[in-house]
Amino acid sequence: MKPPPFGYHAPRTVGEALDALARGADGPDGGGTKVLAGGQSLIPLLNMRLAAPAALVDINGVTELDGLEATAEGVRVGALARHSRVERSAAAARVQPLLRRALRHVAHPVIRNRGTVVGSLVHADPAAELPAVLALLGGAVELASARGRRTVRARDFFRGPLEPALEPGELAVAAFFPARPPGTGVAFAEFARRHGDYALAGVAALAAVDGRGEVTAARAAFLGVAGVPVVLDLTGPATTGRVAAAVRDRLDPEADLHASADYRRHLAGVLAERAVTEATTEAREDR
Amino acid sequence: MSEPTFPIELTVNGVLREARAPARRLLSDFLRHDLGLTGTHVGCEHGVCGCCTVLLDGDPVRSCLTFAVTVAGHEITTVEGLAGPGGEPSTVQRAFHEEHALQCGFCTPGFLCTVTALLRDTPHPTDAEILEGISGNLCRCTGYQNIVRAVRRAAGEA
Ligand SMILES: Cc1cc2nc3c(=O)[nH]c(=O)nc-3n(C[C@H](O)[C@H](O)[C@H](O)COP(=O)(O)OP(=O)(O)OC[C@H]3O[C@@H](n4cnc5c(N)ncnc54)[C@H](O)[C@@H]3O)c2cc1C
Ligand code: FES
Ligand code: FES
Repeated sequence: MKPPPFGYHAPRTVGEALDALARGADGPDGGGTKVLAGGQSLIPLLNMRLAAPAALVDINGVTELDGLEATAEGVRVGALARHSRVERSAAAARVQPLLRRALRHVAHPVIRNRGTVVGSLVHADPAAELPAVLALLGGAVELASARGRRTVRARDFFRGPLEPALEPGELAVAAFFPARPPGTGVAFAEFARRHGDYALAGVAALAAVDGRGEVTAARAAFLGVAGVPVVLDLTGPATTGRVAAAVRDRLDPEADLHASADYRRHLAGVLAERAVTEATTEAREDR
Repeated sequence: MSEPTFPIELTVNGVLREARAPARRLLSDFLRHDLGLTGTHVGCEHGVCGCCTVLLDGDPVRSCLTFAVTVAGHEITTVEGLAGPGGEPSTVQRAFHEEHALQCGFCTPGFLCTVTALLRDTPHPTDAEILEGISGNLCRCTGYQNIVRAVRRAAGEA
């Protein structure tokens, strides 16, 4: 198991990276040039020869992509910020606690030392945690190319399994996760066969309460039940305590080697019930 | 057309080492083949087994999921670099020996590097923290009980 040969570029600036990507995009095989971030998804594919890009643009030396900023509006994660750094950031956890809670379910600590948050969004695995978090919070990904910059909202970013809304020549420079407003709570729950594996199903949830503690909004984003994260408004079911049943009615997962469709549907309902309850408790404590 | 190679300079176990290799050379293969340091083992080559784990600037990473050229200029510690200057085993190595935490030893270099970093960051781990810390390393022989005991012992002695 060894990677196939590829051309290699190690830019030092975003400008150099975009030039290398633009040259690749204009080359004979269009999208044959790929970005290398943490490599924790791309290198396994290369080792197993499931991918054979013409060239890699290694962004690990582009220090300007290393940013991690937590402000009142939210957390902006640069393309070189590793999972472990975001997980450990106290400032990020204060502004949006869901990030840390979800990151603890992403692979193992050693993988998190290398893998990046933005890389995980761009990889867009249907069983990955962070795309669901971005979708739940209504976050966005910032893209740059030699032609200019654009920001794509989560709901437009995930087009299909492993299919992000990236054009050839585009680099994802950062992702933005909106803050948790006062009076709201967030929670994350998933079930995996072995700790650290991709989950069979998982859910990120958000709840808001009014001054008397009554639920005014509840929402959940599911992973592992479709090709892209599925966001459901659960405000009604949350006020009547029927979250699990409502989720079972509204999801239509597929069966695979790891679980039947029925089991996944059941699991998603149970996990959603737990996560919404936890988020509601947090919201009440935060009133 | 022959494949281009790059000069790759790394500090490995405190010593500056250099070799030329193509961009696709995995750090695990660079250490083993180009530098002759065969203590780092290679099992699955897709990040699952953990036996290729080394320390990159002090943090454990999978050397099979890292290109050597990407980490040029950085510091690597392999299992060969864990013992003291006179070859004296480290606290973690001694604890693994005393608790019989290895049988065939194939997984051991990865466990030793992972646990060394774990105890540096969390000197007094709970059992839950120990299990989480070693959850990414597979061992086909020991059944893990002795490995967990070794981590507890090393934490107690550090
Ligand atoms: C054993 C194991 C278990 C894992 N378990 C989980 C899990 O449970 N949950 C989970 O979510 N993930 C899991 N992962 C994957 C891990 O989280 C990856 O780190 C992550 O999915 C990809 O991030 P990366 O930085 O490593 O990206 P890379 O592997 O470098 O890249 C992945 C893809 O995204 C593209 N890309 C990356 N960054 C950019 C960018 N800035 N701009 C444009 N394109 C970019 C690359 O071209 C490539 O196509 C696991 C990995 C391993 C090895
Ligand atoms: S060989 Fe690297 S994790 Fe198995
Ligand atoms: S001692 Fe044989 S695999 Fe762990």
